Amino acid sequence: MAVPARQLFLIETAAGCVPAAAASPPVATVIADPIVKAPVIPPISATSVAATQPARSFDFTKMLTSVATAVVPPLVVMILLGLFWEIACSSSKATLPPPSKIWTEAKDLIVHPFFINGTQDIGLGWRVLTSLQRVAIGFGFASIVGVLLGTLVGQSVWAMRGLDPIFQILRTVPPLAWLPIALAAFRDSAPSAIFVIFITAIWPIIINTAVGIRNIPQDYRNVAAVLRLNQAEFFWRIMLPSTAPYIFTGLRIGIGLSWLAIVAAEMLTGGVGIGFFIWDAWNSSRLPDIIVALCYIGLVGFALDRLVAYAGSIATRGVSAA
Amino acid sequence: MIAPVEPVSHVTPRAHGAHPFLAIEGVDKSFTRGGKTSDVLKGATLNIERGEFVSIIGHSGCGKSTLLNLVAGLTQVTTGVILLENHEVNTPGPDRAVVFQNHSLLPWLTVYENVKLAVDKVFRKTKSKAERHAWVLHNLDLVHMLHAKDKRPAEISGGMKQRVGIARALAMEPKVLLMDEPFGALDALTRAHLQDSVMEIHARLGNTAIMVTHDVDEAVLLSDRIVMMTNGPAARIGEVLEIGLPRPRNRLEMVDHPEYLRARAAVMEFLYARHKSPSLVAAE
Repeated sequence: MAVPARQLFLIETAAGCVPAAAASPPVATVIADPIVKAPVIPPISATSVAATQPARSFDFTKMLTSVATAVVPPLVVMILLGLFWEIACSSSKATLPPPSKIWTEAKDLIVHPFFINGTQDIGLGWRVLTSLQRVAIGFGFASIVGVLLGTLVGQSVWAMRGLDPIFQILRTVPPLAWLPIALAAFRDSAPSAIFVIFITAIWPIIINTAVGIRNIPQDYRNVAAVLRLNQAEFFWRIMLPSTAPYIFTGLRIGIGLSWLAIVAAEMLTGGVGIGFFIWDAWNSSRLPDIIVALCYIGLVGFALDRLVAYAGSIATRGVSAA
Repeated sequence: MIAPVEPVSHVTPRAHGAHPFLAIEGVDKSFTRGGKTSDVLKGATLNIERGEFVSIIGHSGCGKSTLLNLVAGLTQVTTGVILLENHEVNTPGPDRAVVFQNHSLLPWLTVYENVKLAVDKVFRKTKSKAERHAWVLHNLDLVHMLHAKDKRPAEISGGMKQRVGIARALAMEPKVLLMDEPFGALDALTRAHLQDSVMEIHARLGNTAIMVTHDVDEAVLLSDRIVMMTNGPAARIGEVLEIGLPRPRNRLEMVDHPEYLRARAAVMEFLYARHKSPSLVAAE
């Protein structure tokens, strides 16, 4: 008897705290963040998928046109920018290297991402993988802890009242400000870098999960109540699926922030990652190497964002099309 | 406390069965919001027998959905008591399955999985896996939705969603089937189809049903009795009308049946002459 009664209590309390959440500007900003807004999982309705499928006949010209419209404009812009850059930096007084110089001086880094010539002389691919490994661990922990804490804050008014103000303050602390504390606590640079990732990524995950849980439609709660789902069943069968779009929004912001933070953290902690590589290259005045590394970071960051967005669109299939 | 769900037996009330199957006794309901208390329902008393089909009708805001939610256990009575087979009702449970107005199917599950969720939960201990599978299919077949079992709610029409909602409720083998304006969001033709389906299922299974509606024809066509509510706040059960139409009922034959016309006129008279909607009064 206690279980449904408790759920009813939660329904009322959860409904009661929605306005509070909506009124709290920080939450609203995170949700309305342009990074989030643009990609929010397109509702892939299976009807449209089914509708497009019968047209199986391979239309090469159509495919080529669609590829061309996606690839040609950025390519043209890149070539134009490269030309401008080449001209602007080709004088002897230029402080930055032109693209041609980058190509001649850092060719090995561009062409061979995975060479190993010694412990510190390795391809950028390896360095990126090392950084990605740190991000994977830190972000992985942040995802699990973030979803659980978000669930707590979303479900319980008292947890929200107690924790939300603290979260709102802590989430404004810049990632690197945590580093000294982490170094003092762990007495080692590797776990400290991971901790910085964790603490950076966790806030948007917590906040978005909590908002998602407060927005679970009353209908679903009623269904759960009539079926007498217990807490665990409610979590797995109703809460997670219906909150998934929100969780993935949080994860997507989180992974972006992680990637921002890892480079900065590695600059300070040293080691093998891509961040330290940039710092090292700066100390030995290898500007072309830095520019190549920047391109790697940008491409990997883009790929991470796409990856989480893709995972989200699979995991939330059907939910957003309700 | 509610006893565990027993299989519905079609035996007539027990020898000492002075108790009605479902008893709503002197139920008041008031909501308190921001320190202000508003009475929604006042002194509702109603007895319903096993196998009866009862409609609750009234203008919007008369607390008819509140009354249904009280029987469902989704909200609690302020005073009074609701007894189902002599056990107090105060929490929701599958013995009082609800067909919600907006279907309330879970969009991430297929039609089959939506019904399966209910069947697995209710019959986990009493039916084998194969039996549960067969039971899901049986209930989908009952509402003629077997062909769409692998579709998601977003891929089927509103009427089909409501059919699945009915299948899910029926699959729980409820003692009372509760329907909250089940056809309210549907177009007239789909609505007529579904009404026929519900009549057919009611004839086959003989289940007890309570339906909230604001459609007079729907209420007269489907019900054994119509409970007419006065206007809120503090709405009451104004009148209970017996519908003496023979079953099975055919929509076409009913249209000029004297009993149908009498019942329809009585409900209309109650709703539009004696208890006119407050919004209509204000408009004049």
